[in-house]
Amino acid sequence: MTSTREPILSVRGLEKHFPIKGGGLIKRTVGAVRAVDGLDLDLYPGEVLGLVGESGCGKSTTGRAILNLQPATGGSVVFQGRELVGLDRKAMRPLRRDIQIVFQDPYASLNPRLPVFDIVAEPLIIHGLTTDQAELRERVRTLVETVGLNPEHTNRYPAEFSGGQRQRIGIARALALEPKVLVLDEPVSALDVSIQAGVINLLEDLKERLGLSYLFIAHDLSVVRHISDRVAVMYLGKIIEVAPRDELFDRPTHPYTQALLSAIPLPDPRLERNRQRIIITGDVPSPANPPSGCRFRTRCQKFAGELSDTQREKCMTVEPPLEPRGPEHRSACHYAEARTIL
Amino acid sequence: MSITTNTDPTAPLLSVEDLNVRFPTEDGLVHAVRGVDYTLRSGEVLGIVGESGSGKSVTSLAVMGLLPASARVSGSVKYRGQELLGQRDRAMSRVRGKGVSMIFQDPMTSLDPVYRVGYQIEETLRVHDRTLSSQAARARAVDLLTMVGIPNAAERVRSYPHEFSGGMRQRVVIAIAMANQPDVIIADEPTTALDVTVQAQILEVLQTALSETGAAMVLITHDLGVVAGIADRVLVMYAGRPVEVGGVEDIYYEPRMPYTLGLLGSLPRLDSSTKQRLTPIKGAPPSVVNMPPGCPFAPRCPLHVAECDTTEPALLDVGRGHTAACIRTDEVGRAHGEAAALFDETAADDDAPRGGRADASGTVGTTDTGAPGDPVGERTDPTPQPGTGSLLDPTPEEADRR
Repeated sequence: MTSTREPILSVRGLEKHFPIKGGGLIKRTVGAVRAVDGLDLDLYPGEVLGLVGESGCGKSTTGRAILNLQPATGGSVVFQGRELVGLDRKAMRPLRRDIQIVFQDPYASLNPRLPVFDIVAEPLIIHGLTTDQAELRERVRTLVETVGLNPEHTNRYPAEFSGGQRQRIGIARALALEPKVLVLDEPVSALDVSIQAGVINLLEDLKERLGLSYLFIAHDLSVVRHISDRVAVMYLGKIIEVAPRDELFDRPTHPYTQALLSAIPLPDPRLERNRQRIIITGDVPSPANPPSGCRFRTRCQKFAGELSDTQREKCMTVEPPLEPRGPEHRSACHYAEARTIL
Repeated sequence: MSITTNTDPTAPLLSVEDLNVRFPTEDGLVHAVRGVDYTLRSGEVLGIVGESGSGKSVTSLAVMGLLPASARVSGSVKYRGQELLGQRDRAMSRVRGKGVSMIFQDPMTSLDPVYRVGYQIEETLRVHDRTLSSQAARARAVDLLTMVGIPNAAERVRSYPHEFSGGMRQRVVIAIAMANQPDVIIADEPTTALDVTVQAQILEVLQTALSETGAAMVLITHDLGVVAGIADRVLVMYAGRPVEVGGVEDIYYEPRMPYTLGLLGSLPRLDSSTKQRLTPIKGAPPSVVNMPPGCPFAPRCPLHVAECDTTEPALLDVGRGHTAACIRTDEVGRAHGEAAALFDETAADDDAPRGGRADASGTVGTTDTGAPGDPVGERTDPTPQPGTGSLLDPTPEEADRR
């Protein structure tokens, strides 16, 4: 279904490398942290694309590079037919009306010195959408109500709100300009579970009501399964598997996706105690010096236990491309095989 | 008279009775732990779950005698029948690491950066056994590192903590905790700072540590998945008190306290493809400063009646060692773990700010901003509500630890 539609956001070969400076007097560049290293993804109108991975895999950097908050060092980001990579702040500003971001930490992303009214009204003023005070008040009131807060409380400061409420303020601010795409960077991971559920439900409602598209960045696969239509899995700066939600969770083909799904504890004692667990060894390698060939091979359970030496040779020398495994399902493994994990 | 020689072999391993911890602050007395009771039997894993600020970490720090001097601790903590509360630090040092050892959340800060990891393990061994030679201690340190899955242990004992990744450091911390074959290991969020693939490795190492030492464990976590896999019994904490205690299957499949049911219903499930709405719990956990009378969960509870606001319910026996602090626990039982049967999925939209200035409610809960607090939502009922403490602000226990 999605293949016949035009993506609203299309990312090709996105790169974000951070230089590593030497320690001497003259700070020469001695290497680069390849945080995002050739990433492709498409976001279609009205869909939620989940982007998951462990810490340090480059998922947040991807979100920031797409919005030009941290300019990409290579590749292309096409949003509604316009190239974003290389645009300066001024050229980027009108485009920000249509693509907005909600950050992870609702304690750091709201200005503690501004009352909620000013926080939510700021984008409207910056973009010159209204100069009429009465209209401004009405629009802020509507926005605050939309995210489930009491509009009577907009004269209060962020410190007077709880974490879940602050995240709702951040969402109201992002919605002020009526964007088409929201990049949600770990929007619920700083919240306790009983609060998290309310924010997830709110995000689902808003998507339906306002026809939004989300790039939902998270490390919690349970949340991602709940909210996403399609899911992309990242490892060391690259997407290693992308598929429609149930396809990915029911028939993962990349060994990393399989290990990731298998590692997550289920809140169900009988199921949890009877699971076969794939435990991969070691930690994520440094993105400054990723392994040759397949980036996952140093931790891969398949590479370690199932492949012959000649098969391994290919993993060590040839970087696997994303190849089709089924309808809209692609993964980057030379020896991909669907397995049932859950 | 040392603690370890004067113990009663028939007494439970660890028993905590009516434990209360209060911290004096500018805003008043923060009653972080309000009457915790539990007993730990040998070989058992007790999971303590709760949201941030529920008092689960403070409880364990009180057991270990690691709270700051300003904390006012009352009640009783007995290790093999011997009272630990009120013991001098010297006497406690003989119990810590030997009788009861502890694993902290953050492996980046719980190891000393200026000593080699081998030395830190040997130190733990030699402090409890003065006769141990340095060669024997070194050999035991290498054994322990091998046990927790550190490759090349004989060489890695000479490494400094910064040479290890987070997962490897947590392995070292576990090696230290199991070094003296303790009877009890208290693990406070041992995997929270780690990625899921590393968490799976560490949980496996913890199981190894338990089978190698035969120790019982108190596992403190907010992750209901981790508890489901490892705990025999579960204690659910809310606002500084246990609100439900029982066997792990009873807690997950037949919860009898609305909070437990709500917590399980608000979790998205990895293994479910149905796009079922989550059932959030409205409002936020209460502040533990100047708590009003009545059940602390009442303002968020779908079964709330006027009677809930008069006295705080005690833990009622609901069968098979399962207790729940709710006067309407029979009705909760009829939901059989289906949160949607009780909770309204739109409930959380009743959210209102805390820290109100002139709100009509009669209670004054003070928040960290110093504003007299009480949220009155547009659709919440006008019964007194405790000031809602924010979830992520440093709770007194966290602030004290810094």
